[in-house]
Amino acid sequence: MSARDRILGKLKASMPATAPALPAVTSWFATHRVVESAADKASRFKTCIELAHAEVHAVTPANWLTTLREVLRSKALERILVSEETTHGCAVLEEFPLHGIDCQTYDMPIEAWKTEMFRQTPASLTAARAAIAETGTLILWPDDAEPRLMSLVPPVHIVLLDTTKIYNTFFEAMTAEGWKDGLPTNSLLISGPSKTADIQQTLAYGAHGPKELVVLMLAKDEQ
Amino acid sequence: MNHAQSSPPRPTDVYFFATCVVDQFFPGAGMDAITLIERQGIRVHFPEEQTCCGQPAYTSGFPDEARKVAAHQLTLFPNDWPVVVPSGSCAGMMKHHYPTLFAADPVRKAQAEQLSARIYELTDFLVNVLNFQPEDTGGDCTVVLHTSCSARREMGVHLTGRQLLSGLKGVKVAQQDHESECCGFGGTFSVKQPEISGAMVEDKVKALKATGAERVVSADCGCLMNILGHAAWKDEQEGRKTPSLPGEHIASFLLRRTSK
Amino acid sequence: MSEHILEFKPAEGFRARSKAVVDNPFLRQSFRGAMDFLMSKRAAQFPDAEELESLRTLGESIRQYNLAKLPTLLEQLEANLTRNGIKVHWAETPDEANAIILGICHERRAKLMVKGKSMVSEEIELNHAAEAAGIGALESDMGEYIVQLANEKPSHIIMPAIHKTKEEIARLFADKVEGVDYTDNVDALIQIGRNVLRQKFLEADIGLSGVNFAVAETGTLCLVENEGNGRMCTTAPPVHIAITGIEKIVEKLEHVPPLLSLLTRSATGQNISTYFNMISSPRKPGEKDGPSEVHLVLLDNGRSQAYADEQLRKTLQCIRCGACMNHCPVYTRIGGHAYGTTYPGPIGKIISPHMLGLDATSTMATASSLCGACGEVCPVKIPIPELLMRLREEAFSAPHANPAMRGQGAGYSSLISAVWRGWAAVYRSPALYGVATWLGSRFAWLMPSKQGAWTSVRVPLKPAPKRLRDLLKERG
Repeated sequence: MSARDRILGKLKASMPATAPALPAVTSWFATHRVVESAADKASRFKTCIELAHAEVHAVTPANWLTTLREVLRSKALERILVSEETTHGCAVLEEFPLHGIDCQTYDMPIEAWKTEMFRQTPASLTAARAAIAETGTLILWPDDAEPRLMSLVPPVHIVLLDTTKIYNTFFEAMTAEGWKDGLPTNSLLISGPSKTADIQQTLAYGAHGPKELVVLMLAKDEQ
Repeated sequence: MNHAQSSPPRPTDVYFFATCVVDQFFPGAGMDAITLIERQGIRVHFPEEQTCCGQPAYTSGFPDEARKVAAHQLTLFPNDWPVVVPSGSCAGMMKHHYPTLFAADPVRKAQAEQLSARIYELTDFLVNVLNFQPEDTGGDCTVVLHTSCSARREMGVHLTGRQLLSGLKGVKVAQQDHESECCGFGGTFSVKQPEISGAMVEDKVKALKATGAERVVSADCGCLMNILGHAAWKDEQEGRKTPSLPGEHIASFLLRRTSK
Repeated sequence: MSEHILEFKPAEGFRARSKAVVDNPFLRQSFRGAMDFLMSKRAAQFPDAEELESLRTLGESIRQYNLAKLPTLLEQLEANLTRNGIKVHWAETPDEANAIILGICHERRAKLMVKGKSMVSEEIELNHAAEAAGIGALESDMGEYIVQLANEKPSHIIMPAIHKTKEEIARLFADKVEGVDYTDNVDALIQIGRNVLRQKFLEADIGLSGVNFAVAETGTLCLVENEGNGRMCTTAPPVHIAITGIEKIVEKLEHVPPLLSLLTRSATGQNISTYFNMISSPRKPGEKDGPSEVHLVLLDNGRSQAYADEQLRKTLQCIRCGACMNHCPVYTRIGGHAYGTTYPGPIGKIISPHMLGLDATSTMATASSLCGACGEVCPVKIPIPELLMRLREEAFSAPHANPAMRGQGAGYSSLISAVWRGWAAVYRSPALYGVATWLGSRFAWLMPSKQGAWTSVRVPLKPAPKRLRDLLKERG
């Protein structure tokens, strides 16, 4: 008999005959979490993620590239990793080299350029799939265009967030988007720059992931 | 686990379950508690056959022995009167653990549940049943209140002691550091793990003394035995003749402050 | 304290180890400060008592629901992980788990394994097994890295290096990390760790991680962390091995948000951790990074024993937040190493006997005043004090057939049992009680001035000259 069969055998022998009632998750959220207007969600999101030490800028389709350039200049960054398969990545690729900013692309498997990624990639730009107001959280589903390490290895991670895609809670996000019917290879919640308090409970940023997290909250001009 | 029962009407009679610690070590506190209740015009009955709630054996891992002793108490309170206990921890045992202890014995379980519903910790009874409004007759003084873990977490009556004291106009109640932390008594814990228990009571006494209060009061004599025992030991060690932290049961303090 | 930590029987020497800490004012102060900090952080996250209580009730119901279906859910999890391309392994013992992990390493000719935080890997002593097999196992959580550099073990399940000051860490780095000068600037120390470990993430052949929640319906492994090392370990190396106890499973994805909220708020007082990393498959065709192989090792190691008993099963509700130790007056006095077990504090006292046997851990259950602080803060309402009393009963009762636990009766003493029987004989009989207490009150002066452990820090106990019943009689 395998370890699997022995473990399952022991558990099944002592499994309760009747399962308890289904946990009332939906009703708990319905009675304990507010459903806010778009503006309130955006403002709650911003407050929460700023408390977690993220830098937030309000941008519009017209000015976000300029803001991004200013962010890079303020941090003395001359290189940025972008995707050539997204519209926002392409926009950067078109414009930034003209301003003397070097654009890297994630156009081959990591094995081909792992050392460069770890040593010579100071910043990156990705989009967020959505966000969560309650906790000030970005939701990322890394994919072929914007792979997993893009939001992890560069010391400065800049995220473009469409402010119409902010959910009240994590629970709302996963149910509204039907996550249970299919999750990607990796789905991520990011709520600030990397940090640790492992030395004498003193908070320090940039433990292993990005030292800085910059969020560009993209809203239509009239908002 | 708050005293969720709605307050019953003011009774004419109550039973008093003294606890073995009060009977043997703090009889004065027992007398004072009885007098306090009697002054409210209530007859207090002390069934003489009472001994101990059984908790020492129960928490030490000897439930059979606890059950034997607890079973003896079950039949001592036949009338439907409240049973007042001047100890949060013994009250907690009778209120919350008796029904579990007799889970396998339908007759005793029913008795235990019937009794459990009538168990009141003293300060809870004074405040929530009698609506006792103490009238202070003493001068100004500062005390510090220690609430037992059972009173706080099992009985949910950690506020009633404070409420009683704050009703005394001459009395200032000091706030100690780490108020909700255990004093380190824990029954047999104090002798099975004397190093840890000793460190806990040392810190507790330091925190109580640091308030500058004249005395410590508590509604639990187990904690008082531990706290006052350590304070007196420390006084002996340091050659003090007068106690640096006197203390007493809250019933004794209340009675003295409200006596003419 | 490091010389004690590999002790085989945690129960032996527990008192000596506790005494060593209790007698050290510096350590006493430092644990107190750390626990105060964590308690206040948690309290700030739960300003609304009703919300906390209802969320704890929900958390408890989620854990109990999933435990009730545990074997079925494990099969569902296995099926869905396998469908997603994640290979599932089962281990009954630490040795089996190590063999599985090292087997994977050997197949890949791996030289270096980087590890994210995993208490289960501590439980199986993976680092020793890897070292013996010639594979480097490097901890990458900052706290774990520090503890490993110092050749110690974690003293807290969430804050592994909580027993160390920044000055000690500064000295450690200066001594052990090449090319580093002494600095006690925390940011600088973290940067040193970051630089060393970044190189290792780049080189490592295997990434190892724990699991916070395994979701059966989707076949997903969830990891909670702040540093990003967990993401590194699960993304950068070509192979990812996750290891978890069999109890960390939930059926539905919607069970995750309440547990995540309870976990981060209870553990470190954060409304959410920096990262919540959900892994559902290895790298798919077209994807440019992530491991090409993902494995999950499911470990029993005594959990099925706890599962078999309705009361003891509640032990498995634990989501490893550490709040019980942060609020424990005993943990606060002695720190984590004194326990001598992988899991210290209240949760350690109730889970370790299933892993190591009650014979190795029998006295640990006595190291509690049953103050109830642990049960009060437990985010999934594990009745820890009740379980401690149950373990005392299991330890001290006479050995019997078909015990609920390995090592039942290990603490049995015919003398102690006879004392309690004698006690019960007196206290169940009003006549004997009357005589005994009457004698006690009359002959209180005969009480010895040394009363064993009681008088080590207290004056002796003396019965009052008259009992309450005597005073009442006199009053009439």
